[in-house]
Amino acid sequence: MYNKANYNVKIASHAKENLESFYRYIQNLKGGTHQCAKLVDNSAIFTEMMSRQWMKVQAIDGLHFNLPLQDVWITDESTSESHFHLDHCGALPYMTEMVGYDGPIYMTHPTKAICPILLEDYRKITVDKKGETNFFTSQMIKDCMKKVVAVNLHQTVQVDDELEIKAYYAGHVLGAAMFFIKAGSESVVYTGDYNMTPDRHLGAAWIDKCRPDILITESTYATTIRDSKRCRERDFLKKVHETIENGGKVLIPVFALGRAQELCILLETFWERMNLKAPIYFSMGLTEKANHYYKLFITWTNQKIRKTFVQRNMFEFKHIKAFDRSYADNPGPMVVFATPGMLHAGQSLQIFKKWAGNEKNMVIVPGYCVQGTVGHKILNGTRKLEMEGRQTLEVKMQVEYMSFSAHADAKGIMELIRQAEPRNVLLVHGEAKKMAFLKQKIEQEFSISCHMPANGETVTLVTNPNIPVDISLGLLKREVSLGPLPDPKKPKVMHGTLIIKEGSLRLVSPEQALKELGLTEHHLRFTCSVTIQDSHKDQETLNRIYSHLKSILKDYSIQHLPDGSVMVESILIKISAPSEDQGTKVILVSWSYQDEELGSYLTTLLRKGLPQSTT
Amino acid sequence: MAAHLKKRVYEEFSKVVQQQLEEVPSKKLRLTKPSKSAALHIDLCKATTSTDALQYLLQFARKPVEAESVEGVVRILLEHYYKENDKSVRLKIVSLLGLLSQTPGFVPDCIVEDVINLLQNEKSHQVLSQLLDTLLVIGSRLQENLPLRLRLIEIACKRLTDTSHGVRSKCLQMIGCLGSVEKLSTKEAESLAAKDVQKIIGEYFNDQDPRVRTAAIKAMLQLHERGMKLHQTNYSQACKLLTDDFEQVRSEAVQLIWVLSQLYPESIVPIPSSSEEIRLVDDAFGKICHTISDTSWVVRVQAAKLLGSMQQVSSEFLVQTLDKNLMSDLRRKRTAHERAKELYSSGEFSSGRKWGDDAPKEELNTDAVNLIDSGACGAFVHGLEDEMYEVRISAVESLCALAQSSPSFAEKCLDFLVDMFNDEIEEVRLQSIHSLRKISNHITLREDQLDTVLAVLEDSSRDIREALHELLCYTNVSTKDCIRLALVDLLKNLTKYPTDKNSIWKCLKFLGGRHPTLVLPLVPELLSTHPFFDTPEPDMDDPAYIAVLVLIFNAAKSCPTMTALFSDHTFRHYAYLRDSLSHLVPELRLPGRKMAAMSDYSTLAPVEDSSQQFLRQSLERLYTIHLLDPQGAQELLDFTIRDLQRLGVLQSELAGMADFSATYLRCQLLLMKALQEKLWNVAAPLYLKQNAVVYGASKEILEETYKMEFMYAGLENTQVAKVHHMRLQAMALQLILTACTSRGIEPLLGASEKFLHEVDVFQRCFSSELPHMRNCFIDKVLELMPRLAASKPSDLVKILQAALRQSSFLHLTLPDQIHRASAIIIEPTGESDNPLKFTSGLVVALDIDATLEHVQDPQTTVKVQVVYPDGQVQMIHPKPSDFRNPGPGRHRLITQVYLSHTAWTEPCQIELRLLLAYSSSRSKASALGAATKQTWSDSVENLVPPENTIEGTIPFSKPVKVFIMPKPARR
Repeated sequence: MYNKANYNVKIASHAKENLESFYRYIQNLKGGTHQCAKLVDNSAIFTEMMSRQWMKVQAIDGLHFNLPLQDVWITDESTSESHFHLDHCGALPYMTEMVGYDGPIYMTHPTKAICPILLEDYRKITVDKKGETNFFTSQMIKDCMKKVVAVNLHQTVQVDDELEIKAYYAGHVLGAAMFFIKAGSESVVYTGDYNMTPDRHLGAAWIDKCRPDILITESTYATTIRDSKRCRERDFLKKVHETIENGGKVLIPVFALGRAQELCILLETFWERMNLKAPIYFSMGLTEKANHYYKLFITWTNQKIRKTFVQRNMFEFKHIKAFDRSYADNPGPMVVFATPGMLHAGQSLQIFKKWAGNEKNMVIVPGYCVQGTVGHKILNGTRKLEMEGRQTLEVKMQVEYMSFSAHADAKGIMELIRQAEPRNVLLVHGEAKKMAFLKQKIEQEFSISCHMPANGETVTLVTNPNIPVDISLGLLKREVSLGPLPDPKKPKVMHGTLIIKEGSLRLVSPEQALKELGLTEHHLRFTCSVTIQDSHKDQETLNRIYSHLKSILKDYSIQHLPDGSVMVESILIKISAPSEDQGTKVILVSWSYQDEELGSYLTTLLRKGLPQSTT
Repeated sequence: MAAHLKKRVYEEFSKVVQQQLEEVPSKKLRLTKPSKSAALHIDLCKATTSTDALQYLLQFARKPVEAESVEGVVRILLEHYYKENDKSVRLKIVSLLGLLSQTPGFVPDCIVEDVINLLQNEKSHQVLSQLLDTLLVIGSRLQENLPLRLRLIEIACKRLTDTSHGVRSKCLQMIGCLGSVEKLSTKEAESLAAKDVQKIIGEYFNDQDPRVRTAAIKAMLQLHERGMKLHQTNYSQACKLLTDDFEQVRSEAVQLIWVLSQLYPESIVPIPSSSEEIRLVDDAFGKICHTISDTSWVVRVQAAKLLGSMQQVSSEFLVQTLDKNLMSDLRRKRTAHERAKELYSSGEFSSGRKWGDDAPKEELNTDAVNLIDSGACGAFVHGLEDEMYEVRISAVESLCALAQSSPSFAEKCLDFLVDMFNDEIEEVRLQSIHSLRKISNHITLREDQLDTVLAVLEDSSRDIREALHELLCYTNVSTKDCIRLALVDLLKNLTKYPTDKNSIWKCLKFLGGRHPTLVLPLVPELLSTHPFFDTPEPDMDDPAYIAVLVLIFNAAKSCPTMTALFSDHTFRHYAYLRDSLSHLVPELRLPGRKMAAMSDYSTLAPVEDSSQQFLRQSLERLYTIHLLDPQGAQELLDFTIRDLQRLGVLQSELAGMADFSATYLRCQLLLMKALQEKLWNVAAPLYLKQNAVVYGASKEILEETYKMEFMYAGLENTQVAKVHHMRLQAMALQLILTACTSRGIEPLLGASEKFLHEVDVFQRCFSSELPHMRNCFIDKVLELMPRLAASKPSDLVKILQAALRQSSFLHLTLPDQIHRASAIIIEPTGESDNPLKFTSGLVVALDIDATLEHVQDPQTTVKVQVVYPDGQVQMIHPKPSDFRNPGPGRHRLITQVYLSHTAWTEPCQIELRLLLAYSSSRSKASALGAATKQTWSDSVENLVPPENTIEGTIPFSKPVKVFIMPKPARR
């Protein structure tokens, strides 16, 4: 979170540049030249996968557009959105409506439902409040959404003959998904943001052993291993409970989606369990609308909510009601969720000002605050705040910080790699130094290659594409019947001739190959003479060789032929013309090239000499 | 044999064919007892298409077949099999063969050959695997037949090379189920089947089909279950299977590894990629721990469950399972647990109030960080945070099991268990509370831990709170502040949920008894006494004050100095509470007061023995009863009953046995008295008065026998038979009485038929007991049974009279333990003077809380009875979910009953009591037990279980009176 928020501010000034580069990039795509576009942000990543020369899959991450908005998947044919956070889908209407992208866009159902609300809200703030011009309009959002194709989890979508995509559950926020993209025999998994630890409203990310060529994963928390969420939750609840019991008010500044729902569920269940009566409010508007969708997409939530929703939908809050401005002055304890999360403007700041004077009250900041905001100041212990109009505000209320983050930590990232078993890993979306650490760990523990490309850097990876070869059924059956049943995990050695003719690959039996090529078969025989010391007669020596081999090569057929030679399978052993010296014998060993292995083994065996006679 | 049977079969349906020829088949068929095989044959002949045949077969499968006609049916099926071309029909026929050979009373060895022959010519893989399945069924029915088993295994081995996964899996299953475990003699060992079955199965661990791999591991486990010792060589293979792509395979592999680790815990295995070696059990533990982060939750649950039973694992590995190195930006970070501990030991106790309080400090060496958990590292940390609650529950259970055997581990896992108290699923919370209770003798809670534990006291679920109270009973705490904290929170709990009163008092009793020295310094504060001033006397009816007193008095029991701190009224209150809540307040040694008779409980043990002896002797005394004259016998019974009853009162452990035998003897006494009345059997309805006595006696006996049968847990078949026998006698008495009193033969006819039926039922149910009942009533009746069934009711009555008089007393033998079912209604107490007011015609809900002891199957038997002052009686059936089972033999009923009535002018009391409902049909079903078990149940559709009708009820709790007042509705 930290680094992301940091460049959030930094990037804002580069908005124009971003736009331009993005536009240029799209132009390039349309033009059909697959040039690498130089993008500004450090998490930009561009992969090219060469597959069958014509298929290119490009992945772009980090198209910054006023707010950090990236993680847009662009292939030649399609775009798939990992989830609805603005940094992942903010540029969508711009891309489709103003730039002119007209391929299909894939989203999960919840993302498709919530995305337009967020975009509309985003548009309102940018256009109506900040007065930005040259921005997309409401109509554009609507038009854009019409182009979206909704996908289900684990549903394989055939984009065209070659390209297929499949979504996996990613935790993080409602509807977040990881996409598995396969083109031919090559595949990529792009994670977007994901969370490997389940929380109060969502389950953990999960992927099967899809063994992609590349796994592109975020690495926000590359160097962090987080503590159990239980301690965190317990702390949070204890603080809220104590304040309420003492008659204080609790303010929780949150952003509209994601953590707000988790905390709502957390407090709701706690209130239910402990039979508490104090009211809980959340700000109207965005949160309210989003909650509506949370109610609908129960299948995307965690086990507890899924199981109990028949009795009661957990998102139909019993204790949590919509907030009205006038409630802030009500006496007695209460808990209020108010936007925005950093206390820099809006409702949360107003309530904060009202309640700051009472030491019974408490503010709990559940996430990171950017430097310069009120949230950041109070977290750092400032007790006197200067407000506009030279007023000072004395903060007497208790200030607490709780970290609720929905990103995978280092262990989670490793866990995902273990689940998916990729051949290469690509780290994006993180600080270089931290990524270097994780990269080293991944290489060390999985012994697979890992890359962390810088902006605009192209990574070339070698893949092992499958080359289909036709094989005649007769040959296959013959080979299969020879050994044990085939095992898909182990390669099997077989004899055959590979014919590459007119662009087709065929595996046929040697005889057939000879026939097709019109060649006659040549036989190749190796003959080798071995000299051994033996003082017996020829026949005696041969007998001894026979018995010696018989004792060593138990599984082979060894024959003693009447013409005074020994046959081991098809290998012939005999004594050549008697030499002058009575003590030495020259033995001829002859084998065809198919039996090369056995033949050379026999010669080495004979060279070692015969054992001292047993007689 | 076969020829003979064949002949019979042909006879059977040749008869039918003949009838068909007469062309009135339907009518004639109804006259003869319909033969299953014949009907099937007709159906199959009629079937023109294979679908029809399939339909007939399916219909046929719904009805069970008697053992005698199985053989015939099988022949017909086989015949049809050869003719059939459609493989689905063949499949069904083969599956029917399997089902038929399971029929009890049928020995399937005659069809083995046929089935094996079928195997030769079959082409379809599905039918093949079904055939193997049938062979498996037959083989397991004929476990004793070793040559047959060897032959079947040989067949299975041959078929192992089949291309279909189904056939291969079935073969493996067969080898697993039938593979010989015993040592074979040399002759048999030569055959192929005697080859090492483990080796054969092991080869299929690497099969290309995951289903076959699964079947192979299952077969291996099956061999283990059947008592074969698995080879250690399987271990490395099993370890490889842990990384299989398929969850079924992994799940079975985990089990196999576990089995091997239990078999060879101490053997040494090398660690790959290093030269070190470790014990096999440690290695297996590490491997199973690793699977706790598997992708499939089925495997995770499996792994989490198995971990708990690996007690032999070394402690270093055990401790690793809770290890999780935290880091932030490459710097070491302490976990919240460590921080809490440190804060506690350093003395400062302020929680982090500002951001960055938990900022990481120490730099980490990047090489030292191990991101992927190797071996046992952090297994439980993962398991407890899993997404699926099934995994979490299993992890909690395993954690508890391991902690119970290792105190040091118990200390370490404490924080994790306490964390689980905040789980989102109630079951998990409850389980972790129970787990903590089980290991609480190993641990002492720190203040911050206790704080977390106590926070759960506010939970709205009663189960959770009571579990927590129970936990606190067994907890050790370290400081006096902990005691204060616990007391304050318990009192808070009491004000929030006043219904927890009893449970909280009990909890404080143990808390005080365990920590007398920690309570001592708190006493002045708790009693709010002051050295100089008199403080006002607290209200004696305040439950909170009672709670405090319970704590103090129990602490004072082992801390004599404490009484000096009491003020006068405390002593008075003590006397009051000692009397009213004697189970919570112990006897104290008060200054100036004599300790009441020092009847120490330690002397009780020998008494128990002697009382048991006494019980036995009293019963033995009765063996001589037949020697005595009637008067003497009655007296003997009389005082034995008295003895037993008294014993039951004195010795609560033996109360069940004593009461049971006393009741039995009382029935005997009543029967004797009734038979003594010489007048009633003389004749005529003139002796009305006498009849009334006998009638009353027989009725009472009937009632008592029902009580004996259904209210006592732990009865064996012998006792049940005796009780039934007693009931039969009472029925006979009633029958005779009916014969004497009523005119005309009609009522008698019905009654005698009913009686004969009862005798018949008795004979069937207790056939095994009959030999022990020589010379008694039933023995005599059964002797004459053939005559009885034919004779007229009047003759029957005469025979019964004679039998009753000549029958001798059946002596009672007792099993080791008999418990009488009892119930105590805790809530409502019936003490309230304020009537429960409600508008007439509407309903009011009344909470009922009761404990039941030794009730079998309370969900179906326990009912609540409400008696209104106007005599109106209602019976309420509590929901099955209202019953909880806190311990063996104990149940708790927490339910609501709805009351309603028309308007009354003034409040009145209603009576509530608990009833035990019984029905004799149920008891018979249980007595017949396995014999009537449906082997065909899988093919029988919707076989409605016999309706559980309530025949009668036995009240088994003291009635509680509740004041209610239905007000007239306001107009």
